[in-house]
Amino acid sequence: MIHIFRRILNRLRAGNPRDRREGSSDGTGDSDADSGAIRTDGGESVSTTSTPTVSVSTRIRRLFQDERVAGLLFWVPPFLLMGWFVYGAIGWNVVISLTDWSGLGQPLYDSFDLGMYRELLSDPSFRVAARNQVVLMITFTVAALGLGLLLAIMIDQNIRFENTFRTVYLLPMALSFVVTAIFWSWIYNAEIGLINQALETVGLGAIALDWLGDPRTKLAAVIVALTWQFSGYCMIVYLAALRAIPNEHYEAAKVDGASTIRMYWRVILPQLRSATTSATVVLMVFALKAFDFIFVMFGDTPGPSADILSVMMFREAFSRSNWAYGSAVATVLFLLALAIVVPYLYTQHKRGDL
Amino acid sequence: MTDSDTSDSTHSSDQDSTANDGGALGWVRARLNATSPRRLALYALLAAVLVLFLSPLWSGFMTSLKSQTAFATTAPYAPPLPSEMVAQPWFEAWSRLQGGMFNSLLFGIPATIFSAFLGSMAAFGLTKIDWRGQLAVLLLFVAGVFIPYQSVLVPLRVFWGMVGIESMMLTAESSVAVLPVIPALFAALAERADLIELMITHTAFGIPICTVLFRGYYLTIDDDILEAAKIDGASTLRVYWRIILPLSKPMFAVTLIYQFTNIWNDLLFALVLVTSSSSHVATQKLNELQGAMVSEYNLQMAGAFLVALPTLIIYVVFGKQFAKGVAGEQ
Repeated sequence: MIHIFRRILNRLRAGNPRDRREGSSDGTGDSDADSGAIRTDGGESVSTTSTPTVSVSTRIRRLFQDERVAGLLFWVPPFLLMGWFVYGAIGWNVVISLTDWSGLGQPLYDSFDLGMYRELLSDPSFRVAARNQVVLMITFTVAALGLGLLLAIMIDQNIRFENTFRTVYLLPMALSFVVTAIFWSWIYNAEIGLINQALETVGLGAIALDWLGDPRTKLAAVIVALTWQFSGYCMIVYLAALRAIPNEHYEAAKVDGASTIRMYWRVILPQLRSATTSATVVLMVFALKAFDFIFVMFGDTPGPSADILSVMMFREAFSRSNWAYGSAVATVLFLLALAIVVPYLYTQHKRGDL
Repeated sequence: MTDSDTSDSTHSSDQDSTANDGGALGWVRARLNATSPRRLALYALLAAVLVLFLSPLWSGFMTSLKSQTAFATTAPYAPPLPSEMVAQPWFEAWSRLQGGMFNSLLFGIPATIFSAFLGSMAAFGLTKIDWRGQLAVLLLFVAGVFIPYQSVLVPLRVFWGMVGIESMMLTAESSVAVLPVIPALFAALAERADLIELMITHTAFGIPICTVLFRGYYLTIDDDILEAAKIDGASTLRVYWRIILPLSKPMFAVTLIYQFTNIWNDLLFALVLVTSSSSHVATQKLNELQGAMVSEYNLQMAGAFLVALPTLIIYVVFGKQFAKGVAGEQ
């Protein structure tokens, strides 16, 4: 990157041979600017190295004929905006997590230490939230992948109404977590919710529970609902992968006399590995930041059976004004996301898929 | 991939289609004769999952049409009796949510458009122009897709507190006070300062996924076209404007739909950035409605449907584009 900027500087400071050669023939549109004689640094020394008639505007235009320089115009503005809000803010968050900032007022950047992180390690609620986080991440990912794969295989059987089925299975992905949390709160309602009513209708009223109140089922209830919402995504990913497998592979397996299940297990599943990897990364990272759904269902204090790090972060920072402490939890979340994404991007890069 | 193109010779049993005569019933009968038990089981399973998937929406919709006493005494999946059917929850929910939905549109539409355009620009600069160091920059964009919002929330609050969009707008208002109309515009912007913050934040956080989506698409565009244009003397800007942008239309559809859905559906950024209650967005208002009307499930359900309506309509009309956006996030 540095050499591009050096090139820009060089070009601006002194016109290159091409400038001189084309200076007079190309100057038609810039005649006003030329007569205005706006020079780079105005000094005589400059005009000895470049043709005096080449104005800055011409030079800039010339500069942008270089593709790479013109390319800067395209990626630098979005990069700066994104870079500041994403990476700048992450760095700032780490800095805040090293202070003792809490309560009203502005952060003081006078002393930095790892105090907040030490506090985290001895905080039982952090341990509980971290444990729930891991449980949620693993069970939700496995469940959504499994259901998604099943749906994709079923839909890939040359079925009728394929579009209708696909549309319905993917539909929950289009809904806000606020919306789905409200629907599921109603479904899980202990007295008149759909699940308990249905259980009673089929004579299983005995196993009807207060799904959202009972600490044993709280987290499971969240996982079921999130699986419902995300398996359509897995289905789409798997369906694309299944359809990329050449037909001959199916045919060859059939000629070998393999049963359908054996064929999927031996021939098809191994070819879905990269789809599984990328879907796993997306699901796990989502599980890390799952906030909206749990927050709408339980508020900022879901209790020890359903608390996760992202909710704890919000509670500490924005409900209790323990800003530095909340930032420390946020840093942990960021590092966890990094631990998932970096190996993934690295292997993608190695395989040339990036 | 329409319903009708199931013509694959490997499943000949499915192909002797008599769908065109005798209507639905005739079709079902012919189908039952033609299909094996195994295929019937497949369809039964597909339909069962379909019912399971729709049941949260179904029980919500039925409940939203029932009166307070009706939903407490009837099964949640049963349709309302004609005598107990009411539209009042919908009207009440609408009166509580309309301001929020308006605010969501107000910041969501510009944020969607900005992030799509910026993503397209970045993708163009990073795919169609070769330079060293490209990969490092690209990696930062791709990794940005996976960053948890939580890791930036506290600095965001501090940063926007320091910038002070509201006072900025008020200063602008007073400095152009002599002009017509424009001061009023600044005053209106000052009132919605929280939404401006939200719009910029969502734009910035939408850029990574938009860049990834556009990049995947631009890699498929033949470089020969661009080379030819360059030989004809077209500048890079012109190549982008005249060749890339027109070719990007289908990808813009995907990105705009996907991104609008994301932004409309988000709650977390709004919770952190939008403090004045007149600027609360749709998801925030819905969350408040749920918190305030704890036992009024009919009202809650109607409200949930109202907030879901824009994204549902987009999903039903542009399902294919939405699916592409979803699949691109790999």
